Amino acid sequence: MTTALATPRSQRRPRAAWLRSPLVNQLKAPVVCIGLTLLLWQLLCLGNTEGFPGPIQVISQTWDPYISKPFYDDGGTSKGIGLQILISLQRVAIGYTLAAVVGIAAGMAIGLNAFLRRGFDPLIQVLRTVPPLAWLPISLLLLQQADSAAIFVIFITAVWPIVINTAVGIREIPQDYTNVARVLRLGKRSYVRDILLPATAPYMFTGLRISVGLAWLAIVAAEMLKADGGIGFFIWDAYNAGGDSSTSQIILAILVVGLVGLALDRLVGLVGDRVAAGGR
Amino acid sequence: MPAMLDNGTTNVSPAGAVPAATATGAAPEAFLSFDGVGQVFQTRRGPFEALRDINLQVQQGEFLCVIGHSGCGKSTLLNMVSGFLTPSSGRVSLRGAPIERPGPDRMVVFQNYSLLPWKTVQQNVELAVKAARPELSPGARAQVVEHHLEMVHLLDARHQKPAQISGGMRQRVAIARALAVNPAVLVLDEPFGALDAITKEELQEELLAIWQEQRPTVLMITHDIDEALFLADRIVMMTNGPSATIGEILEVPFDRPRSYETIQQDPRYGQLRNHALDFLFRRYAHDDD
Repeated sequence: MTTALATPRSQRRPRAAWLRSPLVNQLKAPVVCIGLTLLLWQLLCLGNTEGFPGPIQVISQTWDPYISKPFYDDGGTSKGIGLQILISLQRVAIGYTLAAVVGIAAGMAIGLNAFLRRGFDPLIQVLRTVPPLAWLPISLLLLQQADSAAIFVIFITAVWPIVINTAVGIREIPQDYTNVARVLRLGKRSYVRDILLPATAPYMFTGLRISVGLAWLAIVAAEMLKADGGIGFFIWDAYNAGGDSSTSQIILAILVVGLVGLALDRLVGLVGDRVAAGGR
Repeated sequence: MPAMLDNGTTNVSPAGAVPAATATGAAPEAFLSFDGVGQVFQTRRGPFEALRDINLQVQQGEFLCVIGHSGCGKSTLLNMVSGFLTPSSGRVSLRGAPIERPGPDRMVVFQNYSLLPWKTVQQNVELAVKAARPELSPGARAQVVEHHLEMVHLLDARHQKPAQISGGMRQRVAIARALAVNPAVLVLDEPFGALDAITKEELQEELLAIWQEQRPTVLMITHDIDEALFLADRIVMMTNGPSATIGEILEVPFDRPRSYETIQQDPRYGQLRNHALDFLFRRYAHDDD
Protein backbone atom coordinates (compact mmCIF):
# COMPACT_ATOMS: atom_id res chain seq x y z
CA MET A 1 0.00 0.00 0.00
CA THR A 2 2.73 2.45 0.92
CA THR A 3 4.47 1.90 -2.39
CA ALA A 4 1.46 3.31 -4.20
CA LEU A 5 1.76 6.64 -2.39
CA ALA A 6 4.29 8.21 -4.70
CA THR A 7 3.19 11.73 -3.91
CA PRO A 8 4.82 13.16 -0.81
CA ARG A 9 2.61 13.54 2.23
CA SER A 10 2.63 17.36 2.12
CA GLN A 11 1.27 17.55 -1.41
CA ARG A 12 -1.74 15.38 -0.75
CA ARG A 13 -5.10 16.87 -0.03
CA PRO A 14 -5.17 17.98 3.61
CA ARG A 15 -7.53 15.93 5.79
CA ALA A 16 -9.43 16.87 8.89
CA ALA A 17 -7.21 16.41 11.93
CA TRP A 18 -9.61 14.09 13.76
CA LEU A 19 -9.39 11.57 10.96
CA ARG A 20 -5.73 11.09 11.72
CA SER A 21 -6.04 10.71 15.49
CA PRO A 22 -4.81 7.31 16.72
CA LEU A 23 -8.19 6.30 18.12
CA VAL A 24 -9.97 6.92 14.83
CA ASN A 25 -7.15 5.16 13.04
CA GLN A 26 -7.62 2.09 15.18
CA LEU A 27 -11.41 2.04 14.91
CA LYS A 28 -11.54 2.69 11.19
CA ALA A 29 -11.12 -0.89 10.00
CA PRO A 30 -13.52 -2.64 12.43
CA VAL A 31 -16.21 0.02 11.99
CA VAL A 32 -16.07 -0.22 8.21
CA CYS A 33 -15.97 -4.02 8.09
CA ILE A 34 -18.65 -4.63 10.69
CA GLY A 35 -20.81 -1.91 9.12
CA LEU A 36 -20.56 -3.61 5.75
CA THR A 37 -21.45 -6.98 7.28
CA LEU A 38 -24.54 -5.52 8.93
CA LEU A 39 -25.50 -3.80 5.70
CA LEU A 40 -25.18 -7.06 3.75
CA TRP A 41 -27.24 -8.87 6.40
CA GLN A 42 -29.93 -6.18 6.22
CA LEU A 43 -30.01 -6.33 2.40
CA LEU A 44 -30.31 -10.12 2.39
CA CYS A 45 -33.30 -9.91 4.75
CA LEU A 46 -35.10 -7.13 2.85
CA GLY A 47 -37.23 -9.45 0.72
CA ASN A 48 -38.85 -11.67 3.31
CA THR A 49 -41.05 -9.98 5.84
CA GLU A 50 -41.94 -12.89 8.12
CA GLY A 51 -38.75 -14.90 8.02
CA PHE A 52 -35.28 -14.10 9.32
CA PRO A 53 -34.93 -10.59 10.79
CA GLY A 54 -32.30 -8.11 9.68
CA PRO A 55 -30.26 -6.14 12.20
CA ILE A 56 -32.77 -3.31 12.35
CA GLN A 57 -35.65 -5.67 13.13
CA VAL A 58 -33.55 -7.44 15.76
CA ILE A 59 -33.13 -4.19 17.63
CA SER A 60 -36.65 -2.90 17.13
CA GLN A 61 -38.24 -6.22 18.13
CA THR A 62 -36.15 -6.67 21.24
CA TRP A 63 -35.88 -3.08 22.37
CA ASP A 64 -38.73 -3.39 24.82
CA PRO A 65 -38.19 -5.08 27.23
CA TYR A 66 -34.95 -6.97 26.47
CA ILE A 67 -32.58 -4.13 25.62
CA SER A 68 -34.20 -1.24 27.48
CA LYS A 69 -34.85 -3.22 30.71
CA PRO A 70 -32.16 -5.89 31.04
CA PHE A 71 -32.90 -6.45 34.71
CA TYR A 72 -36.69 -6.77 34.73
CA ASP A 73 -38.10 -9.63 36.74
CA ASP A 74 -41.67 -10.81 36.22
CA GLY A 75 -41.24 -13.70 38.57
CA GLY A 76 -40.59 -17.30 37.68
CA THR A 77 -38.33 -17.71 34.67
CA SER A 78 -39.42 -14.52 32.97
CA LYS A 79 -36.41 -12.34 33.55
CA GLY A 80 -34.36 -9.78 31.63
CA ILE A 81 -31.21 -10.77 29.76
CA GLY A 82 -29.01 -9.09 32.34
CA LEU A 83 -30.44 -11.23 35.14
CA GLN A 84 -30.19 -14.38 33.03
CA ILE A 85 -26.53 -13.63 32.38
CA LEU A 86 -25.95 -13.11 36.10
CA ILE A 87 -27.50 -16.52 36.82
CA SER A 88 -25.19 -18.13 34.28
CA LEU A 89 -22.17 -16.21 35.56
CA GLN A 90 -22.90 -17.37 39.08
CA ARG A 91 -22.86 -21.01 37.98
CA VAL A 92 -19.66 -20.43 36.03
CA ALA A 93 -18.06 -18.73 39.03
CA ILE A 94 -18.69 -21.72 41.27
CA GLY A 95 -17.73 -24.40 38.75
CA TYR A 96 -14.70 -22.50 37.49
CA THR A 97 -13.38 -21.72 40.97
CA LEU A 98 -13.66 -25.40 41.86
CA ALA A 99 -11.89 -26.31 38.62
CA ALA A 100 -9.11 -23.81 39.34
CA VAL A 101 -8.49 -25.05 42.87
CA VAL A 102 -8.66 -28.75 42.01
CA GLY A 103 -6.86 -28.26 38.69
CA ILE A 104 -3.89 -26.39 40.14
CA ALA A 105 -3.53 -28.85 43.02
CA ALA A 106 -3.78 -31.88 40.74
CA GLY A 107 -1.49 -30.28 38.15
CA MET A 108 1.16 -29.68 40.80
CA ALA A 109 0.95 -33.22 42.09
CA ILE A 110 1.23 -34.59 38.56
CA GLY A 111 3.99 -32.18 37.61
CA LEU A 112 6.09 -32.99 40.66
CA ASN A 113 5.63 -36.74 40.71
CA ALA A 114 6.71 -38.84 37.73
CA PHE A 115 4.70 -41.86 38.89
CA LEU A 116 1.46 -39.89 39.08
CA ARG A 117 2.24 -38.22 35.80
CA ARG A 118 2.77 -41.47 33.93
CA GLY A 119 -0.19 -43.04 35.68
CA PHE A 120 -2.76 -40.34 35.07
CA ASP A 121 -1.64 -38.98 31.73
CA PRO A 122 -3.60 -41.47 29.57
CA LEU A 123 -6.75 -40.87 31.61
CA ILE A 124 -6.38 -37.09 31.33
CA GLN A 125 -5.74 -37.28 27.60
CA VAL A 126 -8.94 -39.27 27.08
CA LEU A 127 -11.21 -37.35 29.43
CA ARG A 128 -10.15 -33.90 28.26
CA THR A 129 -11.49 -34.59 24.76
CA VAL A 130 -15.00 -35.49 26.00
CA PRO A 131 -17.44 -32.76 24.86
CA PRO A 132 -19.06 -30.85 27.75
CA LEU A 133 -22.59 -32.06 27.11
CA ALA A 134 -21.58 -35.71 27.22
CA TRP A 135 -21.04 -35.18 30.94
CA LEU A 136 -24.55 -33.87 31.55
CA PRO A 137 -26.50 -37.16 31.88
CA ILE A 138 -23.93 -38.57 34.28
CA SER A 139 -23.87 -35.44 36.37
CA LEU A 140 -27.69 -35.38 36.49
CA LEU A 141 -27.71 -39.00 37.64
CA LEU A 142 -25.02 -38.23 40.17
CA LEU A 143 -26.33 -34.97 41.57
CA GLN A 144 -30.06 -35.23 40.84
CA GLN A 145 -30.41 -31.47 40.61
CA ALA A 146 -30.24 -29.37 37.45
CA ASP A 147 -28.31 -26.55 39.03
CA SER A 148 -25.54 -28.67 40.60
CA ALA A 149 -25.40 -30.76 37.44
CA ALA A 150 -24.70 -27.67 35.35
CA ILE A 151 -21.99 -26.60 37.79
CA PHE A 152 -20.43 -30.05 37.63
CA VAL A 153 -20.39 -29.90 33.83
CA ILE A 154 -18.54 -26.60 34.02
CA PHE A 155 -16.09 -28.03 36.50
CA ILE A 156 -15.32 -31.17 34.54
CA THR A 157 -14.95 -29.21 31.29
CA ALA A 158 -12.74 -26.50 32.71
CA VAL A 159 -10.47 -28.58 34.90
CA TRP A 160 -8.35 -30.34 32.22
CA PRO A 161 -6.52 -27.40 30.66
CA ILE A 162 -5.65 -26.18 34.16
CA VAL A 163 -4.31 -29.57 35.23
CA ILE A 164 -2.32 -30.05 32.03
CA ASN A 165 -0.84 -26.56 31.87
CA THR A 166 0.10 -26.48 35.54
CA ALA A 167 1.83 -29.84 35.21
CA VAL A 168 3.68 -28.71 32.07
CA GLY A 169 4.67 -25.48 33.82
CA ILE A 170 6.24 -27.41 36.66
CA ARG A 171 8.08 -29.74 34.32
CA GLU A 172 9.33 -26.78 32.32
CA ILE A 173 10.87 -24.89 35.22
CA PRO A 174 14.23 -23.96 33.70
CA GLN A 175 17.17 -26.01 34.95
CA ASP A 176 18.92 -22.71 35.75
CA TYR A 177 16.44 -21.89 38.49
CA THR A 178 16.51 -25.41 39.88
CA ASN A 179 20.30 -25.24 39.98
CA VAL A 180 20.16 -21.99 41.92
CA ALA A 181 17.78 -23.65 44.38
CA ARG A 182 20.12 -26.62 44.73
CA VAL A 183 23.26 -24.56 45.28
CA LEU A 184 21.51 -22.40 47.86
CA ARG A 185 19.81 -25.46 49.37
CA LEU A 186 16.53 -23.57 49.47
CA GLY A 187 14.02 -24.99 51.93
CA LYS A 188 10.80 -26.53 50.62
CA ARG A 189 8.69 -23.49 51.46
CA SER A 190 11.14 -21.05 49.95
CA TYR A 191 11.45 -23.22 46.85
CA VAL A 192 7.69 -23.24 46.32
CA ARG A 193 7.27 -19.54 47.04
CA ASP A 194 10.37 -18.12 45.37
CA ILE A 195 10.85 -20.44 42.41
CA LEU A 196 8.11 -22.98 41.72
CA LEU A 197 5.06 -20.70 41.88
CA PRO A 198 6.49 -17.72 39.98
CA ALA A 199 8.01 -19.98 37.31
CA THR A 200 4.75 -21.89 36.86
CA ALA A 201 2.32 -18.96 37.07
CA PRO A 202 2.39 -18.07 33.35
CA TYR A 203 1.52 -21.66 32.45
CA MET A 204 -1.23 -21.79 35.06
CA PHE A 205 -2.79 -18.66 33.63
CA THR A 206 -2.61 -20.06 30.11
CA GLY A 207 -4.66 -22.98 31.41
CA LEU A 208 -7.01 -20.74 33.34
CA ARG A 209 -7.62 -18.63 30.26
CA ILE A 210 -8.42 -21.60 28.04
CA SER A 211 -10.67 -22.94 30.78
CA VAL A 212 -12.74 -19.83 31.25
CA GLY A 213 -13.69 -19.99 27.57
CA LEU A 214 -14.60 -23.66 27.86
CA ALA A 215 -16.60 -23.03 31.02
CA TRP A 216 -18.66 -20.36 29.29
CA LEU A 217 -19.18 -22.63 26.33
CA ALA A 218 -20.34 -25.44 28.61
CA ILE A 219 -22.77 -23.41 30.68
CA VAL A 220 -24.76 -22.12 27.73
CA ALA A 221 -25.07 -25.63 26.35
CA ALA A 222 -25.96 -27.17 29.71
CA GLU A 223 -28.60 -24.56 30.42
CA MET A 224 -30.23 -25.14 27.07
CA LEU A 225 -30.84 -28.76 27.96
CA LYS A 226 -31.76 -28.62 31.58
CA ALA A 227 -32.06 -25.54 33.72
CA ASP A 228 -34.40 -22.95 35.10
CA GLY A 229 -32.96 -19.62 34.18
CA GLY A 230 -29.65 -18.63 32.75
CA ILE A 231 -28.77 -17.30 29.32
CA GLY A 232 -28.79 -20.75 27.73
CA PHE A 233 -32.27 -21.31 29.10
CA PHE A 234 -33.29 -17.92 27.73
CA ILE A 235 -32.23 -18.90 24.21
CA TRP A 236 -34.00 -22.25 24.33
CA ASP A 237 -37.09 -20.68 25.89
CA ALA A 238 -37.26 -18.06 23.13
CA TYR A 239 -36.98 -20.80 20.52
CA ASN A 240 -39.76 -22.84 22.13
CA ALA A 241 -42.05 -19.81 22.51
CA GLY A 242 -41.90 -19.33 18.73
CA GLY A 243 -43.37 -15.81 18.87
CA ASP A 244 -42.88 -13.02 16.35
CA SER A 245 -39.75 -11.75 17.98
CA SER A 246 -38.24 -15.14 18.96
CA THR A 247 -35.52 -15.09 16.35
CA SER A 248 -34.56 -11.56 17.30
CA GLN A 249 -34.36 -12.54 20.96
CA ILE A 250 -32.10 -15.47 20.11
CA ILE A 251 -29.82 -13.30 17.99
CA LEU A 252 -29.60 -10.69 20.74
CA ALA A 253 -28.79 -13.38 23.32
CA ILE A 254 -26.08 -14.87 21.10
CA LEU A 255 -24.48 -11.46 20.79
CA VAL A 256 -24.56 -11.00 24.56
CA VAL A 257 -23.12 -14.49 25.15
CA GLY A 258 -20.25 -13.65 22.82
CA LEU A 259 -19.53 -10.32 24.49
CA VAL A 260 -19.57 -11.79 27.99
CA GLY A 261 -17.31 -14.66 26.87
CA LEU A 262 -14.86 -12.15 25.42
CA ALA A 263 -14.97 -10.11 28.62
CA LEU A 264 -14.24 -13.21 30.74
CA ASP A 265 -11.31 -14.16 28.52
CA ARG A 266 -9.83 -10.66 28.69
CA LEU A 267 -10.37 -10.48 32.45
CA VAL A 268 -8.43 -13.68 33.12
CA GLY A 269 -5.77 -12.56 30.63
CA LEU A 270 -5.43 -9.23 32.44
CA VAL A 271 -5.16 -10.84 35.86
CA GLY A 272 -2.60 -13.29 34.45
CA ASP A 273 -0.47 -10.48 33.03
CA ARG A 274 -0.51 -8.73 36.38
CA VAL A 275 0.18 -11.75 38.56
CA ALA A 276 2.62 -13.58 36.31
CA ALA A 277 4.39 -10.51 34.93
CA GLY A 278 7.94 -11.54 35.82
CA GLY A 279 7.54 -15.19 34.95
CA ARG A 280 8.54 -15.01 31.35
CA MET B 1 44.37 -38.66 52.85
CA PRO B 2 48.08 -38.08 52.28
CA ALA B 3 49.47 -34.71 53.20
CA MET B 4 50.14 -32.91 49.98
CA LEU B 5 52.91 -30.48 49.36
CA ASP B 6 52.48 -27.18 47.63
CA ASN B 7 52.03 -27.70 43.92
CA GLY B 8 51.46 -31.33 44.56
CA THR B 9 50.53 -31.85 40.97
CA THR B 10 52.44 -33.98 38.53
CA ASN B 11 52.85 -31.09 36.16
CA VAL B 12 54.94 -28.19 37.26
CA SER B 13 55.13 -24.97 35.38
CA PRO B 14 58.05 -24.31 33.12
CA ALA B 15 57.93 -20.68 34.20
CA GLY B 16 58.95 -21.97 37.59
CA ALA B 17 58.03 -19.01 39.72
CA VAL B 18 56.12 -19.69 42.93
CA PRO B 19 52.83 -17.82 43.17
CA ALA B 20 52.28 -15.49 46.10
CA ALA B 21 49.21 -17.33 47.36
CA THR B 22 50.99 -20.63 47.85
CA ALA B 23 54.31 -19.32 49.10
CA THR B 24 53.14 -19.22 52.68
CA GLY B 25 55.79 -21.17 54.52
CA ALA B 26 54.93 -24.63 55.84
CA ALA B 27 52.85 -26.66 53.43
CA PRO B 28 49.27 -26.87 54.69
CA GLU B 29 47.02 -29.76 53.75
CA ALA B 30 45.31 -29.00 50.47
CA PHE B 31 42.06 -27.13 50.86
CA LEU B 32 40.41 -28.47 47.76
CA SER B 33 41.80 -31.61 46.25
CA PHE B 34 41.19 -33.86 43.28
CA ASP B 35 42.62 -37.33 43.76
CA GLY B 36 42.63 -39.62 40.75
CA VAL B 37 39.35 -38.19 39.55
CA GLY B 38 37.70 -39.55 36.44
CA GLN B 39 34.26 -39.03 34.96
CA VAL B 40 32.54 -41.49 32.66
CA PHE B 41 29.10 -40.72 31.30
CA GLN B 42 26.79 -43.54 30.25
CA THR B 43 25.41 -42.63 26.85
CA ARG B 44 23.31 -44.53 24.37
CA ARG B 45 26.42 -45.33 22.37
CA GLY B 46 28.14 -46.75 25.41
CA PRO B 47 30.34 -45.21 28.07
CA PHE B 48 31.97 -41.87 27.33
CA GLU B 49 35.06 -40.95 29.32
CA ALA B 50 35.06 -37.19 29.73
CA LEU B 51 37.88 -36.85 32.26
CA ARG B 52 40.60 -39.14 33.57
CA ASP B 53 43.43 -39.00 36.08
CA ILE B 54 42.76 -35.55 37.47
CA ASN B 55 45.13 -34.84 40.34
CA LEU B 56 45.12 -31.30 41.61
CA GLN B 57 45.60 -29.62 44.95
CA VAL B 58 44.23 -26.14 45.43
CA GLN B 59 45.23 -23.98 48.39
CA GLN B 60 42.80 -21.89 50.34
CA GLY B 61 42.40 -18.45 48.82
CA GLU B 62 44.00 -19.45 45.56
CA PHE B 63 42.65 -18.12 42.24
CA LEU B 64 42.68 -20.84 39.62
CA CYS B 65 41.72 -20.53 35.97
CA VAL B 66 40.91 -23.59 33.88
CA ILE B 67 41.55 -23.20 30.20
CA GLY B 68 41.11 -25.57 27.27
CA HIS B 69 39.19 -26.17 24.09
CA SER B 70 35.48 -26.87 24.14
CA GLY B 71 34.77 -30.49 24.95
CA CYS B 72 37.81 -30.77 27.20
CA GLY B 73 35.72 -31.42 30.28
CA LYS B 74 36.23 -28.06 31.96
CA SER B 75 32.59 -27.78 32.94
CA THR B 76 32.58 -31.39 34.10
CA LEU B 77 35.51 -30.57 36.36
CA LEU B 78 33.71 -27.58 37.84
CA ASN B 79 30.44 -29.46 38.24
CA MET B 80 32.23 -31.93 40.46
CA VAL B 81 33.37 -29.07 42.70
CA SER B 82 29.92 -27.50 42.84
CA GLY B 83 28.46 -30.94 43.50
CA PHE B 84 26.14 -31.22 40.51
CA LEU B 85 28.19 -34.25 39.46
CA THR B 86 29.95 -36.88 41.53
CA PRO B 87 33.09 -38.38 40.04
CA SER B 88 32.89 -41.91 38.61
CA SER B 89 36.30 -42.66 40.09
CA GLY B 90 38.61 -40.97 42.57
CA ARG B 91 37.37 -38.22 44.81
CA VAL B 92 37.00 -34.47 45.08
CA SER B 93 37.21 -33.19 48.61
CA LEU B 94 36.96 -29.88 50.37
CA ARG B 95 38.75 -29.58 53.72
CA GLY B 96 39.21 -33.35 53.63
CA ALA B 97 35.52 -34.19 53.24
CA PRO B 98 34.27 -35.56 49.91
CA ILE B 99 31.93 -33.30 47.95
CA GLU B 100 28.60 -35.02 47.50
CA ARG B 101 26.01 -32.40 46.62
CA PRO B 102 25.65 -28.71 45.82
CA GLY B 103 25.84 -26.24 48.65
CA PRO B 104 26.36 -22.53 49.26
CA ASP B 105 29.92 -23.09 50.55
CA ARG B 106 30.73 -23.72 46.87
CA MET B 107 28.71 -20.98 45.25
CA VAL B 108 28.41 -20.91 41.48
CA VAL B 109 28.27 -18.03 39.03
CA PHE B 110 26.47 -19.66 36.14
CA GLN B 111 27.32 -19.02 32.51
CA ASN B 112 23.86 -17.64 31.76
CA TYR B 113 23.54 -15.66 35.00
CA SER B 114 20.54 -17.69 36.26
CA LEU B 115 18.89 -14.76 37.96
CA LEU B 116 15.25 -15.13 38.93
CA PRO B 117 13.40 -12.83 36.49
CA TRP B 118 10.48 -12.19 38.86
CA LYS B 119 12.74 -10.76 41.54
CA THR B 120 14.54 -7.45 41.54
CA VAL B 121 18.32 -7.21 41.63
CA GLN B 122 18.23 -6.72 45.37
CA GLN B 123 15.73 -9.51 45.97
CA ASN B 124 17.88 -11.92 43.98
CA VAL B 125 20.86 -11.24 46.23
CA GLU B 126 18.66 -11.22 49.33
CA LEU B 127 17.20 -14.64 48.61
CA ALA B 128 20.68 -16.13 48.40
CA VAL B 129 21.89 -14.50 51.61
CA LYS B 130 18.73 -15.49 53.44
CA ALA B 131 19.00 -19.12 52.33
CA ALA B 132 22.74 -19.53 52.83
CA ARG B 133 23.30 -17.43 55.94
CA PRO B 134 20.15 -17.88 58.04
CA GLU B 135 22.05 -16.83 61.16
CA LEU B 136 22.16 -13.19 60.02
CA SER B 137 19.64 -10.79 61.52
CA PRO B 138 17.47 -8.92 59.00
CA GLY B 139 19.57 -5.80 59.61
CA ALA B 140 22.86 -7.57 59.08
CA ARG B 141 21.46 -9.27 56.01
CA ALA B 142 20.41 -5.96 54.50
CA GLN B 143 23.93 -4.67 55.13
CA VAL B 144 25.55 -7.64 53.42
CA VAL B 145 23.26 -7.23 50.42
CA GLU B 146 23.90 -3.52 50.19
CA HIS B 147 27.66 -3.92 50.55
CA HIS B 148 27.88 -6.44 47.73
CA LEU B 149 25.64 -4.45 45.42
CA GLU B 150 27.92 -1.51 46.10
CA MET B 151 31.02 -3.53 45.28
CA VAL B 152 29.68 -4.23 41.81
CA HIS B 153 28.29 -0.70 41.41
CA LEU B 154 24.66 -1.75 41.25
CA LEU B 155 23.08 0.26 44.06
CA ASP B 156 21.26 2.45 41.54
CA ALA B 157 19.74 -0.57 39.77
CA ARG B 158 18.79 -2.44 42.92
CA HIS B 159 15.04 -2.19 42.36
CA GLN B 160 15.12 -3.19 38.71
CA LYS B 161 14.29 -6.60 37.33
CA PRO B 162 16.93 -8.60 35.43
CA ALA B 163 15.08 -8.06 32.15
CA GLN B 164 15.51 -4.30 32.54
CA ILE B 165 19.29 -4.30 32.84
CA SER B 166 22.18 -5.10 30.47
CA GLY B 167 24.06 -8.39 30.23
CA GLY B 168 27.05 -6.93 32.04
CA MET B 169 24.85 -5.74 34.87
CA ARG B 170 23.18 -9.13 35.12
CA GLN B 171 26.55 -10.80 35.46
CA ARG B 172 27.41 -8.27 38.18
CA VAL B 173 24.27 -9.28 40.05
CA ALA B 174 25.24 -12.93 39.71
CA ILE B 175 28.71 -12.17 41.09
CA ALA B 176 27.29 -10.08 43.93
CA ARG B 177 24.83 -12.85 44.74
CA ALA B 178 27.57 -15.47 44.78
CA LEU B 179 29.94 -13.50 46.95
CA ALA B 180 27.28 -12.23 49.35
CA VAL B 181 26.85 -15.84 50.40
CA ASN B 182 30.49 -15.75 51.56
CA PRO B 183 31.46 -19.06 49.98
CA ALA B 184 34.64 -21.00 50.71
CA VAL B 185 34.95 -21.75 47.01
CA LEU B 186 33.64 -19.61 44.19
CA VAL B 187 32.97 -21.47 40.96
CA LEU B 188 32.66 -19.43 37.77
CA ASP B 189 31.77 -21.06 34.47
CA GLU B 190 33.05 -18.73 31.77
CA PRO B 191 31.37 -15.75 33.38
CA PHE B 192 32.50 -13.05 30.98
CA GLY B 193 32.25 -14.97 27.70
CA ALA B 194 29.21 -13.12 26.41
CA LEU B 195 30.36 -9.61 27.31
CA ASP B 196 32.05 -6.91 25.27
CA ALA B 197 35.73 -6.18 25.89
CA ILE B 198 35.26 -3.06 28.00
CA THR B 199 32.56 -4.48 30.24
CA LYS B 200 34.64 -7.62 30.56
CA GLU B 201 37.66 -5.71 31.83
CA GLU B 202 35.55 -3.74 34.31
CA LEU B 203 34.04 -6.91 35.68
CA GLN B 204 37.41 -8.62 35.94
CA GLU B 205 38.66 -5.73 38.04
CA GLU B 206 35.57 -5.78 40.24
CA LEU B 207 35.88 -9.52 40.70
CA LEU B 208 39.52 -9.17 41.73
CA ALA B 209 38.66 -6.39 44.18
CA ILE B 210 36.01 -8.50 45.92
CA TRP B 211 38.22 -11.58 45.84
CA GLN B 212 41.01 -9.62 47.50
CA GLU B 213 38.62 -8.53 50.24
CA GLN B 214 37.09 -11.94 51.02
CA ARG B 215 39.72 -14.30 49.66
CA PRO B 216 37.53 -17.22 48.63
CA THR B 217 39.20 -19.97 46.64
CA VAL B 218 38.24 -19.36 43.02
CA LEU B 219 37.87 -21.85 40.21
CA MET B 220 37.06 -20.16 36.95
CA ILE B 221 36.65 -21.47 33.42
CA THR B 222 37.75 -19.18 30.64
CA HIS B 223 38.69 -19.25 26.98
CA ASP B 224 40.70 -16.09 27.25
CA ILE B 225 44.43 -16.42 27.98
CA ASP B 226 44.85 -12.73 28.81
CA GLU B 227 41.97 -12.94 31.25
CA ALA B 228 43.53 -15.96 32.90
CA LEU B 229 46.94 -14.26 33.14
CA PHE B 230 45.35 -11.18 34.69
CA LEU B 231 43.27 -13.02 37.26
CA ALA B 232 44.85 -16.32 38.19
CA ASP B 233 47.57 -17.57 40.50
CA ARG B 234 47.75 -20.73 38.44
CA ILE B 235 46.32 -21.67 35.08
CA VAL B 236 45.22 -25.26 34.60
CA MET B 237 45.49 -26.19 30.93
CA MET B 238 43.44 -29.17 29.81
CA THR B 239 44.22 -31.60 27.02
CA ASN B 240 41.52 -32.27 24.45
CA GLY B 241 38.61 -34.55 25.15
CA PRO B 242 37.44 -37.25 25.22
CA SER B 243 39.44 -38.62 28.13
CA ALA B 244 40.79 -35.16 28.83
CA THR B 245 43.14 -34.54 31.70
CA ILE B 246 45.36 -31.79 33.04
CA GLY B 247 48.04 -31.17 30.44
CA GLU B 248 50.04 -28.57 32.25
CA ILE B 249 49.78 -26.06 35.05
CA LEU B 250 51.12 -22.58 34.52
CA GLU B 251 52.21 -20.48 37.50
CA VAL B 252 51.38 -16.81 37.12
CA PRO B 253 54.01 -14.90 39.12
CA PHE B 254 52.76 -11.32 38.91
CA ASP B 255 52.40 -9.32 42.12
CA ARG B 256 49.00 -8.23 43.32
CA PRO B 257 47.17 -5.95 43.04
CA ARG B 258 47.55 -6.28 39.31
CA SER B 259 46.62 -4.04 36.45
CA TYR B 260 46.66 -4.90 32.77
CA GLU B 261 49.23 -2.16 32.07
CA THR B 262 51.80 -3.33 34.61
CA ILE B 263 51.58 -7.04 33.89
CA GLN B 264 51.69 -6.53 30.16
CA GLN B 265 54.96 -4.59 30.54
CA ASP B 266 56.47 -7.49 32.45
CA PRO B 267 58.73 -9.53 30.08
CA ARG B 268 57.40 -12.74 31.62
CA TYR B 269 53.91 -11.88 30.36
CA GLY B 270 54.83 -12.52 26.75
CA GLN B 271 56.65 -15.72 27.63
CA LEU B 272 53.73 -17.12 29.61
CA ARG B 273 51.26 -16.05 26.98
CA ASN B 274 53.26 -17.68 24.19
CA HIS B 275 53.68 -20.80 26.24
CA ALA B 276 49.92 -21.06 26.78
CA LEU B 277 49.17 -20.31 23.14
CA ASP B 278 51.68 -22.92 22.09
CA PHE B 279 50.00 -25.45 24.35
CA LEU B 280 46.51 -24.69 23.12
CA PHE B 281 47.08 -24.10 19.42
CA ARG B 282 50.05 -26.30 18.55
CA ARG B 283 50.44 -29.13 20.99
CA TYR B 284 46.72 -29.52 21.67
CA ALA B 285 45.25 -27.82 18.65
CA HIS B 286 41.59 -28.51 18.31
CA ASP B 287 40.54 -30.61 15.32
CA ASP B 288 38.09 -28.08 14.02
CA ASP B 289 40.20 -24.99 14.68
